[in-house]
Amino acid sequence: MESYLFPFDSLICMLLGISFTVLFTLLLVFIIVPAIFGVSFGIRRLYMKSLIKLFEWATLRMERGAKEKNQHLYKPYSNGIIAKEPVSLEQEIQDMRRGGAEPEFDMSDIFYFCRRGVESIVDDEVTKRFTAEELESWNLLTRSNYNFHHISTRLTALWGVGVLIRYGFLLPLRVTLAFTGVGLLVVLTSIVGLFPNGRMKNYLSDKVHLMCYRICVRALTAIITYHDSENKPKNGGICVANHTSPIDVIILASDGCYAMVGQVHGGLMGVIQRAMVKACPHIWFERSEVKDRHLVAKRLSDHIADKSKLPILIFPEGTCINNTSVMMFKKGSFEIGCRVYPVAIKYDPRFGDAFWNSSKFGMVNYLLRMMSSWAIVCSVWYLPPMSRMEGEDAVQFANRVKAAIARKGGLADLLWDGGLKRGKVKEVFKEEQQKLYSKVLVGSSEDCSRS
Amino acid sequence: MGSTNSTLLKIPNVEVLMQETGFSPAHIIRLHDRFKALDKEGRGHLCPQDFGAIKELAMNPIGDRIIGAFFSPGKEMVDFHTFVKILAHFRPVDKDRPKEPNSPELINSRSNKLKFAFQLYDQDKDGKISRDELLKVLRAMLGMQVTEEQLESIADRTIQEADLDRDDAISFEEFRKSLEKVNIDHKMSIRFLR
Repeated sequence: MESYLFPFDSLICMLLGISFTVLFTLLLVFIIVPAIFGVSFGIRRLYMKSLIKLFEWATLRMERGAKEKNQHLYKPYSNGIIAKEPVSLEQEIQDMRRGGAEPEFDMSDIFYFCRRGVESIVDDEVTKRFTAEELESWNLLTRSNYNFHHISTRLTALWGVGVLIRYGFLLPLRVTLAFTGVGLLVVLTSIVGLFPNGRMKNYLSDKVHLMCYRICVRALTAIITYHDSENKPKNGGICVANHTSPIDVIILASDGCYAMVGQVHGGLMGVIQRAMVKACPHIWFERSEVKDRHLVAKRLSDHIADKSKLPILIFPEGTCINNTSVMMFKKGSFEIGCRVYPVAIKYDPRFGDAFWNSSKFGMVNYLLRMMSSWAIVCSVWYLPPMSRMEGEDAVQFANRVKAAIARKGGLADLLWDGGLKRGKVKEVFKEEQQKLYSKVLVGSSEDCSRS
Repeated sequence: MGSTNSTLLKIPNVEVLMQETGFSPAHIIRLHDRFKALDKEGRGHLCPQDFGAIKELAMNPIGDRIIGAFFSPGKEMVDFHTFVKILAHFRPVDKDRPKEPNSPELINSRSNKLKFAFQLYDQDKDGKISRDELLKVLRAMLGMQVTEEQLESIADRTIQEADLDRDDAISFEEFRKSLEKVNIDHKMSIRFLR
């Protein structure tokens, strides 16, 4: 009886062997070799275009399905749930005065603060930025559709096929690529580290870094469009960018060579960090050194002063924001007094949400989600370099750079501190409100006493 | 996107809620999403810290009092129903809804809006705004920007104008009377988008 199974056994083995070889060859030819040389077949762009058509069809189908069943489609408005009137405190108070009466305190003044308070309970600018952006159309990922509901068999079937493709084919492929990329990075940078310092070493280190980052980019199926490459950061400067996820580093580093800044980690990250620093100088801080601002500033300025070293890559927001706005830049990197090269990164949320909500997902979970999305599509704009002007302090300079980045990337420019994700509001903001109100009251009573 | 029915069904007694508050299904869903977003640990109810985490509210001089308005005395939790009912105070008055003679008063009536504002002043809930309570509110709204004397003179003047029965405190009726001419509907209403 068993002898019948043997030919099948060897047949299966042969098939498996062949498919593995084919897969590996395809991988090598279409993905790794182009990564090494920095060329592209354009497969990813074609993929992106077909996905867009697919999503549009899916959205139409859902709208039609909902109409047939006579239900209302819940369309999330990215503008918010309430209309907030941009009326200032002074105007409000004056409106409330019963025309002609002296502007003294009135019991109704509390209405203004009360209404503003309740408005912020219903919808506030800051909390919105720390949750993933709501989409107007559905991209066949359940995770981005809060009300996934069976609308039609065809749509559900399509979603099912999507799941199969993403988890059965794309995810294993990407994980393989990721391991290859990281492994190559560690091995090759260690080898380059054996060379004596000099131009040859720098050249090789650049090539090795670029190649490995490009493989990682393909591991995420990231489709990146770089704009204004003539403004790319040069040695002796700092590159600042808005921060949405840890992937930002890979996106920027696959197009240019940067010196990274960060805390020393243990585990796999630590291995990677130690290997990278062998090939070219990066700035890794011990946990204890991070608190010492002078030490940090000194190390950064020393690095910049050496023109042979690569530009430093810094994310001044300090934390990941959900890519609809740019939050307050920490002034540390702007105090050093060198040229700043701003870069704006904007992700297209239709293909996969790149925002890392660190309070919701750990790093591994996040990477798995990234690798099982359709693709990561983003645009990178290199802005012209800026320097601190005469009479401008670090904070003003930081705000100027932030405004430029927000404008270019089409993001909202907020003055709120990204640290608000975890910390409390500073008393200063409350005092501002109190000052305004007292000016209206007391300021006007001074006028009265004079007259 | 998806149809509204599935989410609405997940909320218990949603019909009653819509009836009492006058919110439309779309509003209820949006408020439910907001409730879930504020309830970061997914407990199904909100506590004062969840409100405190809203940055713009923390910046508001009377933020603490507004948070206090959501919690009845002794309770440290607010469920979705209570949340919506309190927010319903800020719905604009429905001008075209016919006033049925025997129906209970609407949550967003002028009187109820005034009551909401009154409780922001009257923290010990004894039905009167004492001089002390008034001073506390003034201090909250003005901070360190004015002197103690200025605060006291403002408080005295306000009580003098509004206190009709000379008991040195402002009752709800006196409060209501002093705000007769103010357009409460406009000042204590939030425009909800469709």
